[in-house]
Parts: sequence; structure tokens; C-alpha cells
Amino acid sequence: MSGHPSTYEPKTAFTRWLDSRLPIVRLGYDSFVDYPTPRNLNYWWTFGAILSLCLGVQIATGVVLAMHYTANAGLAFNSVEHIMRDVQYGWLIRYIHANGASMFFIAVYIHMFRGLYYGSYKAPREILWILGCVIYLLMMATAFMGYVLPWGQMSFHGAVVITNLFGALPIVGQAITTWLWGGFAVDNPTLNRFFSLHYLLPFMIAGVVILHIWALHVAGQNNPTGVEPKSKADTVPFTPYATIKDGFAVSVFLILFAIFVFYMPNALGHADNYIPADPLVTPAHIVPEWYFLPFYAILRAVPDKLMGVLAMFGAIACLFALPWLDTSKVRSMRYRPTAKLYFLIFVVACCILGLCGAKLPDDPVIPGLKTFTLIDSDLNSFVWLSRIAALYYFGFFLVILPILGLVEKTLPVPDSIAKPALSHPAHAPAEATASPETKG
Amino acid sequence: MLRKFSIIAAVAGLLVATAAPALAAGHPEEPKKVDWSFNGPFGKFDQAQLQRGYKVYREVCSACHAASLLSFRNLGDKNGPFYDAKYPNSNNNPYVKAIAAEYQVSSIDEETGDTVQRPATSADRFPSPFPNEYAARASNGGALPPDLSVLAKAREGGPDYIYSLLTGYHEAPAGLTIDPTKHYNPYFPGDLSSAWSGDPKHVPHGGVIGMPPPLADDRVTYDDGTKATLDQEAKDVSAFLMWAAEPKMIERKEMGFSVLIYLLLMSGLLYASYRTVWRNESH
Ligand code: HEC
Ligand code: HEM
Repeated sequence: MSGHPSTYEPKTAFTRWLDSRLPIVRLGYDSFVDYPTPRNLNYWWTFGAILSLCLGVQIATGVVLAMHYTANAGLAFNSVEHIMRDVQYGWLIRYIHANGASMFFIAVYIHMFRGLYYGSYKAPREILWILGCVIYLLMMATAFMGYVLPWGQMSFHGAVVITNLFGALPIVGQAITTWLWGGFAVDNPTLNRFFSLHYLLPFMIAGVVILHIWALHVAGQNNPTGVEPKSKADTVPFTPYATIKDGFAVSVFLILFAIFVFYMPNALGHADNYIPADPLVTPAHIVPEWYFLPFYAILRAVPDKLMGVLAMFGAIACLFALPWLDTSKVRSMRYRPTAKLYFLIFVVACCILGLCGAKLPDDPVIPGLKTFTLIDSDLNSFVWLSRIAALYYFGFFLVILPILGLVEKTLPVPDSIAKPALSHPAHAPAEATASPETKG
Repeated sequence: MLRKFSIIAAVAGLLVATAAPALAAGHPEEPKKVDWSFNGPFGKFDQAQLQRGYKVYREVCSACHAASLLSFRNLGDKNGPFYDAKYPNSNNNPYVKAIAAEYQVSSIDEETGDTVQRPATSADRFPSPFPNEYAARASNGGALPPDLSVLAKAREGGPDYIYSLLTGYHEAPAGLTIDPTKHYNPYFPGDLSSAWSGDPKHVPHGGVIGMPPPLADDRVTYDDGTKATLDQEAKDVSAFLMWAAEPKMIERKEMGFSVLIYLLLMSGLLYASYRTVWRNESH
């Protein structure tokens, strides 16, 4: 898995014996101790470690929750309350798990934007990037099904809305929804299968994470310059250099995590999910968890249901196709000033989509202002804002990145990681004295 | 670059923050902000207030509302209304036992198999006022009084909302036609435009609720001599309901403080180690 010649030498009789039978210590040593790491990695590269921690935390807390949780439509809500009230530290475990899902998504989004900015998806890292996208898809499925488990009003009606999306598919739609539900409505069989899958998928994620790291260690890590390491001077051994930096970043991340768990555990959730599910009462606004809001906005931006569903899945498909959509030879956007600008707008567009997903489509963006109705809604409405942002989202992947790579002017790229200052006039004087944190 | 990303992160944070109010249903009045004793990172429940709140709950609200997730023993749990350090096992708390014994609950006679009534014990759940939803609706003009166990977490605004709702009843504005069995409340979510005959641009905030105003001055007599004004009763019962919904809140905040101190120290140490490890490496 390490992708570089092994330097491990077993020191004791036991490790020599083990090494000739199962070289697992060698694997660990080559992958996480001696592994050569580009010396210029900044803090955006610590999110891999943070994500591994998140997965570990979700699995550990999830297994304990599953010991006390009851997957039955009549009992689920109260079993979660039983965890909150009667299980020793149950409130802690549940709040870590519920907020842990949000922390996981914060980390994965930063991790993905990092990859986008520094061109980490370009050859030879296409498979690495695609495996990351697979993890992201599995995470979304896991989190969606997890949110259904407490069987509150948002759990139930969120499940209804999302599973109904498949009903928009022609011919097979109805059959697929019935199959997903295990009946003719979201009900006890749905809850049971969601629980089973919610337990299964995290372990599938763990499997894909192993492939992801394998691919990473074959291609080697990218770095802020996007220039491949050429000599030993460009790298440092993973331990202690990367481990200690990752350790520090993880610790800072845990502070944020703890603030949510201990002081605002329900801030990222929705009050309606503390109302037991009632199929006959639909909440005034059905909103998904914050991490789905951008896709929810794309879904609602399209007036036709089927087209909306296709647009939503298309938004994710763009990520998979990205390695072949970006035509630029220069990897890092540090040396692509124009691309950098479009990237920043892209980040803003994603945030705007998230905002639109939380709002009622017909509500005005600027309160009190009436303009004119276009197609189905006033121009000053969140649905139109989401249309503009969604257009940019797709435009970025399908138009800007393919064309920009062919026409843009890029800055000179350094010859090697160790000597970026010499060949990169734009950074030279400041870089030499800059503290490590502000670099990148 | 880090700085630029931080700006983006801040903008994103702001966008999300402004998104929050839109999650509230309809356009009711914003709840009044109350300076609760349990607000803030070091806030604690005021035990005397919880006791008064329990009294209001028992003597007024429990006539219509269940709180079926609570057991009598919870009243004696740490940070609860009747916690007494002498009785770490709240089942033995004599005060709690006495409260429980005031109730009759049905049970099965193990000799005859008949349903019989027996006094409740501290392990029993709070009894519900109605045998089922139909009975609850029938007695309340078709409206269903919700279970109050987690209600303070099930509404945007939590205890502020409950307090505002309880103190917010007033005469329906002229021009609003409402069902005589219902009551106008500006804090209750709803859509009044169809009942409004005035200027369609100024539909009153709020909605009509099936709960008659449950509180008034001197609705209860407090044992600790506190004057039982409507405002006081509403505050006390809202605090009690917050405790009922989140009984571990104080334990949580206390643990959070130690965890944060620990993490800050650990981050400091890790940062120092990081600087030491990297001191001879340019990067
Ligand atoms: C006479 C019966 C009755 C009494 C007494 C009563 N309630 Fe209610 N309550 C109701 C009914 C009925 C509803 C449902 C109203 C509706 O949905 O229109 C309700 C609803 C509520 C709600 C939910 C409002 C919402 O947002 O859905 C709260 C909070 C509430 N009551 C608190 C209390 C408190 C606190 C007390 C004691 C001080 C109390 N009630 C006493 C009948 C009662
Ligand atoms: C990828 C990792 C995971 C993610 C993103 C995730 C996400 C979630 C979410 C969002 C919830 C709803 C929380 C709430 O509002 O109450 C939830 C609940 C739950 N999860 Fe997970 N989960 C993960 C892994 C696991 C694992 C591995 C298990 C079990 C082995 C598990 C067991 C449970 C149980 C029992 C619940 C219901 C209890 C509750 O609602 O708090 N989860 N999960």
C-alpha cells in the first residue's frame, strides 16, 4: 500500500518471525512512518486525518447507540429518548454521533474543495479522486438513513420526500419506490431496512477508505505547488513530520466538535425532529440536514420533477467526471489566477445554493421588493437565486474548466517543491519570511 | 491562502446563520427572550424555580397534557427539582416517593388477574390524563394537547417560545373572525389570512390555538412564598419543561468545560511539539 521501496527492518525475533508470515508491521511502517510526504503541505492537507477520526468516532458511537436503539416504528422515538435519559452517558454518545455526522461533512467539504483548488484529481490521481467521490456518495446515503432512525417528524417526512424522488423516473419509478419502502408507504419495513443499511454502509466506507489510501500511496500526495516531488529534498518522512501536524489539526478540530456537542448540540438539527413521526401531519417546511441543502436547492430549481432529480444526480456526476473536464496542464490553481477567481465564485455559489435550500423557493431574497414574474416566480425569489447559482455550478464544471485550461495565462510553476521561491517571483520575498500557517 | 479561505468560511457561516430564521414555520411573532438561569455555558437550573414549575405543571397543565417520558424518580435526579444529595438513588428520595404516592395507577392483581388501582411508586411514569388520543381530542374541542416531555426541544425558541405562548394570549384584533372554541395567540404559528377581513397587507401575526389560556395570576399558591403572577408561573413552568426535555443539560455543560480545557492544553502541547519537530525543516 505504500508505493515506495520498503525500508522496514524487523528488530526483534518476533517481528522477524511475523514479517516473513504476515508483513503487517511493515505495511504500517511503510505507509505511516517512513512514507515520504511533500514538505510543503499546508493545513488543508490535515483533513484526511480529521476524516479518518470522524469515521472512527461515528462507528464507535454508532455501535454503542445500536445496543440501545430499537428499530421499530412504534418504539424508535422513545428508544432514542431512553438513550438520552436513562442510558449512562447516552446523551453524550448520541450528541457525539448526531453532531459527528455534521463534523464529518464539514471536513469532507473542505477536503473536496482542497482537492479542487490544488488539482488533486488530475493524472495520475483520477482513481484516487473517484474513490473519494464514492466515499462521499456512501456518506450521504449513510447520513440520510441515519437521520431517519430517530423517527421524528423530519425523519419521516424527509424520508418520504427523498424516496419519492425515485418515483419521478419513467416506467420503473413507482416499482423502485415500492421496493425501497418495502410496502406502499414509508413505514416500519422502511425503518428496519434503513437501520440495517445504516449499520452496513459505514463499514463499506471504511473499505473504500482503504482503497483511497492505497491509491494515494501509489500516486503519492499532491502538494500546494502541484509539482511532483523530484528528490529527497522535496519530502519529509510521514512520522514525525505529518503525524504531529495532523495531530495538532485534529485537536483543534475536536475543539470545534466539542463546542457543538456540549454547548449547542441541537443547533444543527431541526426542532421538528423532537416530535414523534406522524404520517398525517406534514411539517410546514420539510428541510433536509444542512449538508444536503445545496443539492436540495438544485432539485427545486428545476420546475420539472424528473429533470430536477436528474440535475441533482448530475451535480454529483460532474464530480466523477472532473478529472477529464479540466483541461489545464497546470495542476495547482496557485499558478492559475483566472481559475482561482472562478473557483472562489464556485465556493460562493455552493454556499448560496445551501442558503436557497433552507429557504422557501418563493420567498423574496431582498425583503419587500417585487420585480416581475419570470416563468413561475418573481425574479427576486430564492428559486431564481438558486437557478443562477445552479447554472454557475454546472457552468463551472462543463464550460469554464474545459475551456479555461486551453486559453488561460498561467504563472510560472516552480521547478521543485524545495525551491519554489527561486522560480516564483510572485511569492519570493514574502514566502521566505512567512510563517508556515499562512502559506499555501 | 489560508486567510482567503477563512474569509470564505466566514461568509459561508454568515449565509448559514441568516438561513436559520427561515426554518421557522409561518410568520408568528418572535418569542420574547428570557434571561434563564440555565442560559450560557455556565448556566444552571434554579432548583426552587423547577419546584415551582413542577407545581404549575401538576396543578394546571397535567389536566390536559401528558409527560409520559418522565418517571417520578426523575424528579429526584441530579439537577432535578427535588434532588437531595442524601439520596443519590432518586428512587429512595422520600419527597419523590410521597409525590408518586399521591397518584393512583392501574396494575394487574397477580392473584386474580383483575385490573386494580394502586398508589404509584417512584419507578412509575407520570400518568397521562387521557386514555387515548380520541379522548384527549374529544375533551379539547378537537385539538390534541401534545405530550410535554420533550416539547421544549420540539419548538423553535424552546422555553422562550413556551413562555411567550403562555403569556401572549390577548383579544383577537378587530377584523379577525375566529371559532369561539379557539383563541388568538400571536406567538402560535398559523396562517390567519382567510379569517382576516382587514387590510390583506397587514394580516395579524400568529394563529389560533385550541388551548384556552391556562394561566392567570394566583392560579397556584407557591410553597416558597413567591408571588404567583401569570408571568412568574409561565417562567417557572417553562423552566421546568426545559429541564424535562433536557435533564442532562447541566451535566453536559460541566463536562464540556473540562473537555475544552483538556483540548486546549492538548492543542497547545501538540503545537509546541509540531514547532519543535519542524524547527530544522524549511517548508
Ligand atoms: C384545558 C386543557 C389544557 C391545559 C390545562 C393546558 N393545555 Fe396546553 N394545550 C392544550 C391543547 C388542546 C393544545 C393543542 C392546541 C392546538 O394544537 O391548537 C395545547 C398546546 C400546548 C402547547 C403547544 C403549542 C404548540 O406550539 O403546538 C404548549 C407548549 C402547551 N400547550 C403548554 C401548556 C402548559 C405549559 C400548560 C400548563 C401551564 C398547559 N399547556 C395547559 C390544552 C391544554
Ligand atoms: C459514516 C458514518 C456515519 C454517519 C455519517 C452517521 C450518521 C447518523 C445520523 C445523521 C444520525 C441521526 C442522528 C440524530 O439526529 O439522532 C444517526 C443515527 C444513528 N446511527 Fe449513525 N452514522 C454513521 C455510522 C453509524 C454506525 C457505524 C452505526 C452502528 C453500528 C450507527 C448507528 C446509529 C444509530 C443506532 C442511530 C439512531 C440513534 C440516534 O438517532 O441518535 N451509525 N447516524
